[in-house]
Amino acid sequence: MNKSVHSAASRPTARKWLAAAAGVAMAAAGAFSPAKAQDTIKVGVLHSLSGTMAISETTLKDTILFLIDEQNKKGGVLGKKLEAVVVDPASNWPLFAEKARELIAKDKVSVVFGCWTSVSRKSVLPVFKELNSILFYPVQYEGEESERNVFYTGAAPNQQAIPAVDYLMSKDGGEVKRWVLAGTDYVYPRTTNKILEAYLKAKGVKEEDILVNYTPFGHADWQTIVADIKKFGSAGKKTAVVSTINGDANVPFYKELGNQGIKATDIPVVAFSVGEEELAGLDTKPLVGHLAAWNYFQSIKDAKNAEFIKAWQTYTKNPKRVTNDPMEAHVIGFHMWVKAVEKAGTIDPDKVIDVLPGTEAPNLTGGISKMLPNHHITKPVFIGEIKADGQFDVVWQTKDLVPGAAWSSYLPGSKDLVADWVTLKCGNYNTVTKKCGGSGS
Amino acid sequence: MPGVVINMRGLFDRIRIFLRILLPSAVLFVAAVANAVAGPYEDALPGLTTDSYSDTAAALDQVSGSGSDLAAPLLQALKDQRLQFSAVEKKVLIKTADGKLLDAATGQPFAGTPPADLSNVRLNNRLRNLLDAALGSLTLMAADPNKRYDAAQSVFKSRDAATMPVLEKALAAEQNARVKAALMQAKAAIVVVTADAPAADKVAAIAVLRDRGDQDAMALLQTIPANAPPDVLAAVTEAKANIERNLALWGTVQNLWYGLSLGSVLLLAAIGLAITFGVMGVINMAHGEMVMLGAYTTFVVQEVIRTRYPGLFDYSLTIALPLAFVVAGAVGIAIERSVIRFLYGRPLETLLATWGISLVLQQAVRAAFGPTNKEVGNPSWMSGAFDLGGILITYNRLWIIVFTGIVFAALLGMLRFTRLGLEMRAVTQNRSMAAAVGIRTARIDALTFGLGSGIAGIAGVALSQIDNVSPNLGQGYIIDSFMVVVFGGVGNLWGTLVGALTLGIANKFLEPFAGAVLGKIAVLVFIILFIQKRPRGMFALKGRAIEA
Repeated sequence: MNKSVHSAASRPTARKWLAAAAGVAMAAAGAFSPAKAQDTIKVGVLHSLSGTMAISETTLKDTILFLIDEQNKKGGVLGKKLEAVVVDPASNWPLFAEKARELIAKDKVSVVFGCWTSVSRKSVLPVFKELNSILFYPVQYEGEESERNVFYTGAAPNQQAIPAVDYLMSKDGGEVKRWVLAGTDYVYPRTTNKILEAYLKAKGVKEEDILVNYTPFGHADWQTIVADIKKFGSAGKKTAVVSTINGDANVPFYKELGNQGIKATDIPVVAFSVGEEELAGLDTKPLVGHLAAWNYFQSIKDAKNAEFIKAWQTYTKNPKRVTNDPMEAHVIGFHMWVKAVEKAGTIDPDKVIDVLPGTEAPNLTGGISKMLPNHHITKPVFIGEIKADGQFDVVWQTKDLVPGAAWSSYLPGSKDLVADWVTLKCGNYNTVTKKCGGSGS
Repeated sequence: MPGVVINMRGLFDRIRIFLRILLPSAVLFVAAVANAVAGPYEDALPGLTTDSYSDTAAALDQVSGSGSDLAAPLLQALKDQRLQFSAVEKKVLIKTADGKLLDAATGQPFAGTPPADLSNVRLNNRLRNLLDAALGSLTLMAADPNKRYDAAQSVFKSRDAATMPVLEKALAAEQNARVKAALMQAKAAIVVVTADAPAADKVAAIAVLRDRGDQDAMALLQTIPANAPPDVLAAVTEAKANIERNLALWGTVQNLWYGLSLGSVLLLAAIGLAITFGVMGVINMAHGEMVMLGAYTTFVVQEVIRTRYPGLFDYSLTIALPLAFVVAGAVGIAIERSVIRFLYGRPLETLLATWGISLVLQQAVRAAFGPTNKEVGNPSWMSGAFDLGGILITYNRLWIIVFTGIVFAALLGMLRFTRLGLEMRAVTQNRSMAAAVGIRTARIDALTFGLGSGIAGIAGVALSQIDNVSPNLGQGYIIDSFMVVVFGGVGNLWGTLVGALTLGIANKFLEPFAGAVLGKIAVLVFIILFIQKRPRGMFALKGRAIEA
């Protein structure tokens, strides 16, 4: 065959094409040029801009850029402008650690805002400890952790999962007696469900009234599981689904619920990982009444929130751009960091870490959140029902802000542990053995 | 007579005095009477203006029990989120479907300027349940049989003993057999949960539920306490056993159906790969991205239709099909001409190159459309479900099975009966011999690759209906597609068909016992063992070129 002739003739084209592709890939990887001037404070942004998690994390990168922009308009911090250093860990957990090292060691950032999945956070922990830097983690997670270098601005289980279950047990929530705990098969759903199971049993729910179900990431065929839920729900007791299903699998899950005609009035589904952003790809009319538990909803009527949404939509030049809970966590975390740096008068990580507990910053729902000695924050809890327009209608909320608990009191392995970085200087102090260094389950 | 007149006058005077003294209280009295005549309906309305769920619940109860003709439209408006209130003016207004405002108190068009603080009366799930029950009892006598049927179903669900008199009346008047059966079941449901109903009635009700034979009936039977009279208990045991048998049988049928449905999705995703990998031997890691391009084509088509020609929405998929084929096919040909043709016979390099292409395509789509999911709507003929015996069949799955069948048949026909198909088979079986008899193998390679990619694009149109349209759409299918093709036998379309259906059904029968995660692992282990035994899959193709 005369393939070689052809290929020789068109090799330059192929090379050009490859060069173009490489260019696209580099641009997409977000290789921002580092260090323009010396008199800036650098802020690291460690969110996936490609791969599976890009769907959720890209928005958070934009949020930090937006916040930095706003802060610079106000004159920056300590008289210096802030400068973002954006890297793309590409939804690849080991790459998170590499990129974190690059940010701290090479770019000399003074703080990092980043990570979404728990596995990515676990992957960067040793780096932050070794190089002694600060990470703000904005996503609701399974708890059972408190590190000196990490500040958790998302919800711990007692700020999301437990209140949601309480609501469903109440009269307004339908007095649910039977529970399906459905989740994606990884650490966050498994730990959360372990806590919930222990909690439900403590509340007198019997073993046979709890169905736990795990599915792989990106599970697309929900027919059997939805049919199983329907079957489990027709045992004569009010049933609800607590969903820790994460990421892309949610869309086919909700589509199947709609198609099989499971209405929120029959079997409500309360989700911990579905927000405005995830619903954007869905026809929400069949889902009206299904629930989500968060610490923030875009639809919450508050002057601060309205102002933020407006500024955000102007910044992104998209009047339909939605806001969500992890974004709010970044807003709170960012403002806390700014305050702490100004109070400490330096960006030295040790001093900022010492100053951060006790720092307060307004959240977007009308309250003032406070950083606690265990490096978690106080937040309100809201239960929202999905509306036909893809937004949430808040049907229940806590009266006060709930302080985040690093260690669950419902798990045997962690009920004696406390975290306190102010007086005890320990993330896992065992109150029984009076020793630092107890382990979680 | 004059005396009478005088007397009358005196009487009038007396009445006048009487009235003068009592006037204030009389006015109050008259007002109270008027209110009482208007009924509790009007009294209930202020309860809807407080924006509190418990007040709304109380008002709802009052409205549905008021017997007012305005109750049903008000509840319907509440259900459709067309009921608005003003907390300042204590007014409740109904917004009609065409945007006009009616005063809920009178049912007349609302005159004057609407209050500034007008907002919807909010609902939660508890209220929605109450509302369904209330609307159910109010619409049992509606003219439309479908409405009556829905009403009977919601009474069946609410089992509210208070609706019994209305139910009896509706049952006596009902002519339609389907609605009548539903009403009987609703009545049975109420009888079963009423503690003091006579045992004979209960036994009859249990028989009705047994004949209904579904999970809802089973759920109702579970509520009968163990201390019921013995004949009732006997009937319950018999009915439960009956329903369980029924459910088990239908469960198997349902699993088969789910397996068939999953199999058809797998087949649809894999069939293009069966061409590029099976027939051409190219390990095309960018196959999933062709599926994704098809799905995004559907999204773009729907966007254009939504903004320009909303009336055409139900045809959006039909329009998207040929476009997706062309788009994905063209990209496929471009990839073949620019990259793959230099790499024939070097599987490792092909794998790496196509994997790189898949990343580039993903990131390009992410840059163009953003990283978030895109909403692709279901046309009306693809949404919803219907009952077939004891199983629920959803329209989108049904259509995908039908569609997969058509695509498979068309492809098979093309390969067998067209000149292009003949040439493709010739090139597959013996490339140099085909070239020797004058077939332009390079052109056939490009067209074959384009065909496989185009079919992947068509699959994307179908998958956009059940999966989410995001840049990662293709990744989820690439492993499964390779599995199907390898398992079925490389180079054989029938093998792909049997492979996809076998895997789909095996998966669905394993899932209820093993769970989704273990089920998937079990299937993978099975395939690994199978490939050890039969490296060429179920239906191995024999040919000289394949051996080489």
